[in-house]
Amino acid sequence: MTDITKDTTATTAEGAKGLIRLSESAARALTTIGGVLTAAGAFLAWTWTSNFPGDLTYYGSPAGLQWLAFTAGLLTVLFSLAGYGVKGLRWLTPTGSTAPIVLSAFAGLAVTWFSLIAIAVELGGVANWVVGGILAGIFSIVPVIGALALPKPGPATQDTGIKATLAAYVAKPSSTKPLPQLPGWQQRGIIAIVIALGLYVFTYGIDTQGGELFSGFLFLAVFGLWALHSAGLLDRFSALTEAHKGYAVTLAFAAAAIFPFTQNNDHDANVGVNILIFGTVALGLNIVVGLTGLLDLGYVAFLGVGAYTAALFSGSAYSTITGFSLPFWAAALAGTAASLVFGVLIGAPTLRLRGDYLAIVTLGFGEIFRITVRNLDGSSGPDITNGPNGIADIPDLSIAGFNFGESHNIAGFTLGRFANYYLLMLIVTVIVVLVFNRASDSRIGRAWVAIREDETAATAMGINGFRVKLIAFALGASLAGLAGSVNAHVSSSVVPDPYVFAGPVAPNSAFLLAAVVLGGMGTVSGPLLGAALLYLIPEKLEFLKEYQLLAFGIALIILMRFRPEGVIANRRRQLEFHEDKDQDPTEPTAPAAPAATAGV
Amino acid sequence: MTTATETTTKPATPILQATGVIMRFGGLTAVRNVDLTVNSGEIVGLIGPNGAGKTTFFNCLTGLYVPTEGTVAYKGTVLPPKPHLVTNAGIARTFQNIRLFSNMTVLENVLVGRHTRTKEGLFAALVRGPRYHKAEAASRERAMELLEFIGLENKADHLARNLPYGEQRKLEIARALASEPGLLLLDEPTAGMNPQETRATEELVFAIRDQGIAVLVIEHDMRFIFNLCDRVAVLVQGEKLVEGDKETVQGDDRVIAAYLGTPFEGDPGTEEVAEVEAAEANSTTEDER
Ligand SMILES: Nc1ncnc2c1ncn2[C@@H]1O[C@H](COP(=O)(O)OP(=O)(O)OP(=O)(O)O)[C@@H](O)[C@H]1O
Ligand SMILES: [Mg+2]
Repeated sequence: MTDITKDTTATTAEGAKGLIRLSESAARALTTIGGVLTAAGAFLAWTWTSNFPGDLTYYGSPAGLQWLAFTAGLLTVLFSLAGYGVKGLRWLTPTGSTAPIVLSAFAGLAVTWFSLIAIAVELGGVANWVVGGILAGIFSIVPVIGALALPKPGPATQDTGIKATLAAYVAKPSSTKPLPQLPGWQQRGIIAIVIALGLYVFTYGIDTQGGELFSGFLFLAVFGLWALHSAGLLDRFSALTEAHKGYAVTLAFAAAAIFPFTQNNDHDANVGVNILIFGTVALGLNIVVGLTGLLDLGYVAFLGVGAYTAALFSGSAYSTITGFSLPFWAAALAGTAASLVFGVLIGAPTLRLRGDYLAIVTLGFGEIFRITVRNLDGSSGPDITNGPNGIADIPDLSIAGFNFGESHNIAGFTLGRFANYYLLMLIVTVIVVLVFNRASDSRIGRAWVAIREDETAATAMGINGFRVKLIAFALGASLAGLAGSVNAHVSSSVVPDPYVFAGPVAPNSAFLLAAVVLGGMGTVSGPLLGAALLYLIPEKLEFLKEYQLLAFGIALIILMRFRPEGVIANRRRQLEFHEDKDQDPTEPTAPAAPAATAGV
Repeated sequence: MTTATETTTKPATPILQATGVIMRFGGLTAVRNVDLTVNSGEIVGLIGPNGAGKTTFFNCLTGLYVPTEGTVAYKGTVLPPKPHLVTNAGIARTFQNIRLFSNMTVLENVLVGRHTRTKEGLFAALVRGPRYHKAEAASRERAMELLEFIGLENKADHLARNLPYGEQRKLEIARALASEPGLLLLDEPTAGMNPQETRATEELVFAIRDQGIAVLVIEHDMRFIFNLCDRVAVLVQGEKLVEGDKETVQGDDRVIAAYLGTPFEGDPGTEEVAEVEAAEANSTTEDER
């Protein structure tokens, strides 16, 4: 056991010193130079053969992973210059500069060393690093050393263990420098620029070829976003979007609509449309899980109900409803309505149960749906769904003469089949987002959250728990059904197998749930982001194939350990951070109470 | 001494009539055949030692528990034992162990309290016609009025869980008032408060009564109870022992006994002391032998 008193005095004396003993000016110089070096390292050849994906063999001409390392280096330089207080860069670090410097330095280290290790593993040995690669590896370590030599931020705590110290380096300080209020047009300009950047980053991620580049991209994205978060920039941005909500949402959807025009192959649009479908369904589930707090483990069944309904009415030769087909709007409504009915049928008996029981029963119902659909093949039941063969050859949609199956030329851009569906699905997403937003910010939405928070108190406030939960369940189900009716046409066939509880590919109930929890419960952007990540990662990291579920589980555990509120924190959580900032934590709260009571 | 020395000075209409309420949990009878009436404009206290069944009785009144026997009537109509229907009828309550919606803001908590007095359903929320906007604005205005009433208007945007304890208790009262009740049930509203806050809560309860809302309050703080209440009922081991005004209750031997423990039968003190002395004398003489 260590002597605590001795420890305290030691830390207060050395509290300002860094983890690595260097003078502050030397540390700052080292991070800046290191950042420059990391960026410069990208211009070296990292290996000798073009066999490694991306071809990292040129001097003076970075490729793929090297550009990512370059970006990380650039971020490090920017943040360290902001740390010097360079005029014009101070806005970069409203909460203080150390954590962003450390994190962006780590981003460079991670990307560079991931690439080097990948080269060694794939090409068989470290001999495949040429001098340039080794230099780049060394360069990327320099800013990390410099950053960890910066004075340790935060209060000098007793705990001087390496873990606590590292945590102090990357922790986001709670105090924010006041910044001048920008004029409205500048705020709007900033929102536009950030959304454009977001679109660029997202398209870059979807476009990446090969698991190596995508992994590098993920490293940079995670550390980079973390750096921006700890710098306080993400909070700044969300405050801006809060102030210009309608404008920001419109721009975000405009950016999403531009996406297919930036793609020249239809495969990426296919990824895009699947992400939208997956994200929309996750958003519907978010009403049930995130807002109302009901754990529904069979949710994917509602997507299936919508898809099967649309398929049956599509006029497919394999559909058991022959002779007539519904126009899309009617089929979509039918899919929505069918899911709604199923939602009520399943919800009515199960929603009287609480907690774990509900989870188990919904899990059961989800499986019942799949097995029933499998068995309605004419031999073990009436022939409705063609059993395991499903309904194939679902014809492409044609709305007002616009055939979704064909490529169209719009303003010089070619939109392929999936791009067409992407745009259609985007409209559905807009509708679902609108429904989610309006429902959650209303009397009924507040009742949902109240039930999630404390069901007993909610009923004592006059809320009919069963009724309100059933509404949430039915609304969530019908949104999934709506998405399902588009899904049937996109994939041009429906089969029972994807609608399982857990599986390696989206959609399945476990992935949908993970998208909600991982992205951030109760938010709009959270499940959309979660769905994008969960769809892209298995799609891009093909080498994970067999271990996908394992990796998925590990990722979830890590996330739940370190950021239980999900990537995107709920507005209410943000409010909490916000209040921490307003209130001086050292000020006792007790005196506030009598002052308030005096007003009664 | 007789129970129930009713202070029927003015002709009051009964708001709440609980008759023969019995609550059993397996072998334990937490509430035994309790009758209680609260009249309009009254503040009635409910006291009793820990575990006497006060909270259980409240739960029976509000439908959180279905009483094993007995009925609860509000303004003459018997209430079904469903909490949301009870609140809808006009009985609101607070909880002994604060049960706010902790991740909702202060304002949202009060807005949830308005649930029964607003009717906008999901469809109205999705369409957002002019009537919806009007109703929502009216709800917010009323909620802000209530926050002003309890003095929390400056904290409308704070999370409920970040409020200090005393303010959380007051927010619970505001949330209950938001349902526009005719009767307010308060379960230990001053527990954990300092004397200043307790006095402020007293004023608050008077102000609520002055708005024409009858109040039934459980409290262990006797000064608070006897300052406030027109009538006090004492519950001991599930039974209503005494009911009456301050003097009646304070002077009742059984109440004192229930709170302080029962002395030996007969004349307490002298006889007991004599007995003990005699016993001691006996034992010492025995020892000496
Ligand atoms: N749900 C329940 N199941 C079983 N027993 C219960 C239940 N609720 C209360 N009891 C029991 O009923 C008795 C009365 O409890 P109650 O909480 O009503 O007392 P109280 O008068 O409110 O006490 P306090 O002053 O401590 O709040 C206790 O013995 C308690 O253990
Ligand atoms: Mg109690």
